[in-house]
Amino acid sequence: MARRARAERETTMQWLKSIFNRPEKAYAHPYLAGAVLGVVLFLAFLLTGNGLGSSGATSRIDALLVDTVAPAHVDNNPYLLKMAGGDKNPLDDWIVPVFFGALLGGFVSGARNGRLKLTTTKGPNISNRTRWAMAFLGGVIFLYGARMARGCTSGQALSGGATLAAGSWVIMLAIFGGAYLLAYFVRKLWL
Amino acid sequence: MNFPLEAFTAVSAANPWTYVVFGAIGVAFGYTLETAGFGDSRKLAAQFYFKELTVLKVMFTAIAVALTLTFGAVGLGWLDFSQVWVNPTYLGSGVVGGLIMGVGFIVGGFCPTTSLASASTGRIDGMLFMGGGFVGAFLFGETERYFDHWYNNAGFYGRLTLDQVFGVSPGALVVIIVLVALLLFWGGEQLERIFGRKDLSQEPRLRKAGAVALFVMALGVLVIGSPSQEDRYQRLSFKRTEAVKSADAKPRTVTRVYSADEMLSKRLVFTSPAEAFKARFQQEMKPVYLDVRSETDYNLYHLADSVNVPLDRLASIVPALLTEPAANTVFIAISNDEQAAVKAWKLLVASKVPNAYILEGGINRWIATFGADDPGLKPLASAGDDQLRYDFPAALGSRYKSCSPSPLAHEKLDFQARIVLQLKRDKSGGGCG
Repeated sequence: MARRARAERETTMQWLKSIFNRPEKAYAHPYLAGAVLGVVLFLAFLLTGNGLGSSGATSRIDALLVDTVAPAHVDNNPYLLKMAGGDKNPLDDWIVPVFFGALLGGFVSGARNGRLKLTTTKGPNISNRTRWAMAFLGGVIFLYGARMARGCTSGQALSGGATLAAGSWVIMLAIFGGAYLLAYFVRKLWL
Repeated sequence: MNFPLEAFTAVSAANPWTYVVFGAIGVAFGYTLETAGFGDSRKLAAQFYFKELTVLKVMFTAIAVALTLTFGAVGLGWLDFSQVWVNPTYLGSGVVGGLIMGVGFIVGGFCPTTSLASASTGRIDGMLFMGGGFVGAFLFGETERYFDHWYNNAGFYGRLTLDQVFGVSPGALVVIIVLVALLLFWGGEQLERIFGRKDLSQEPRLRKAGAVALFVMALGVLVIGSPSQEDRYQRLSFKRTEAVKSADAKPRTVTRVYSADEMLSKRLVFTSPAEAFKARFQQEMKPVYLDVRSETDYNLYHLADSVNVPLDRLASIVPALLTEPAANTVFIAISNDEQAAVKAWKLLVASKVPNAYILEGGINRWIATFGADDPGLKPLASAGDDQLRYDFPAALGSRYKSCSPSPLAHEKLDFQARIVLQLKRDKSGGGCG
């Protein structure tokens, strides 16, 4: 019995290792990936009436944390009150399963294509530490803007763009405008 | 089939399948982003130095494909566009928020969803971006109060689509956007050749066939056009629960589904003057009396608090009726008899205005019910169809006693309840915001 259990454990370990040591495959062609993404977005609209998104979930998970640590604070904050407080569960929204689904989907694709690797992606002329600090800072700035604009590149540019929402097209231009305007000044990070 | 499926329009614990459906959509979303290479920040940042335009290609292909399929499905009548979440337009916070996002994009190298694909495949920078995101979203929640008014009002236009802005049909706009996207791809490939030193002859030929296919589909959307009001009306269905007597004499209820015409012929949408009057004093609903007669008739006599929207102007206020009032609003269309009110009702329901009803017998029945003993109102010997059947010596509007009957004098009224309050899907529950 013990031997069989050990054999089983070894097969599991081998399977786990095999996930992380697969040969790395090339990325899909951008047009093909885009077309598949377009079909996924269309199916989301067709089945649920909602598009894709993720930044709203970040906000909702935050609201849950604040509600757990300091429920009184939620009651004094009208923005958080829309999501939490009272009998509201901040996680009761379509965007939360989409958020966790996207994490899982990214992992599955990484595992299938041999891209699971603990590493850092950065420009050639900066250190890992600089890249980490910039990634964190960028995340802070991006999500602040995303909450202000009521949606990010997925919720506004992609989903709003496909439904012809006027404000979403303006936001899309603003995102690219902001990034292109600043790109020259931070070129050390990437070039 | 009527899409979107009602069961999946909102996540709730009462319907656990919704978690599975939205979770599966998320998996497909994350999988595609990772497969496109968006787990690597260099691939994303390269967009802004014209070295590699993967972001532009993936994003605009996705938008063009989804746009074409969505408006094709709307045109064929499969998908009800009024039930699709369209991000409301807030120009002020949208532009400023968009510019801030652009800064975050080039500094951090990700956008929120691509950071998920990056973090889940073990990229440390992706994980840190995600962590920073939680801080950023938290900071917004803490600072929103300082610019709350601006955030909620600056440049607010509600549900506004580009076809409305430019005054063209959605189909024409689909063709234009697909064409612009194809031009951008061509231009983008030239930029990659110049700045990224890419050999375009290595690119698959199939992409040209794909471009042609997409363009043909977009032309198809233009040809199909939008469903007419008559089409939308014919496709409507209403649910009503009815008590039936079964053989063993136990009371039982069944749910029946009726078409719009059946609702009219069975008179299920005609609310009696008594019920329409009582609705004013009920907590759970907020009646809006839509008087669709001419202004002349309205000035002669109308219900207190009723709004005059002549039938030919009704279509122009439908967008406001869909978005402005509270979810428990009940619209009651009123004409002299019923003819014009029925037309108004057809327009309202075909436009998906919820809780629309017709005042049974119109103003004439109302006066017969509440103002029969008013000496100032003299019945006419004869009157045409949908004309006032009373003589009015002066245009007193709503200053007759019967325009706002006393709730005390009419405490007890017998009527068959027709209004079934249907709470509109909460559109604020959609979208990323």
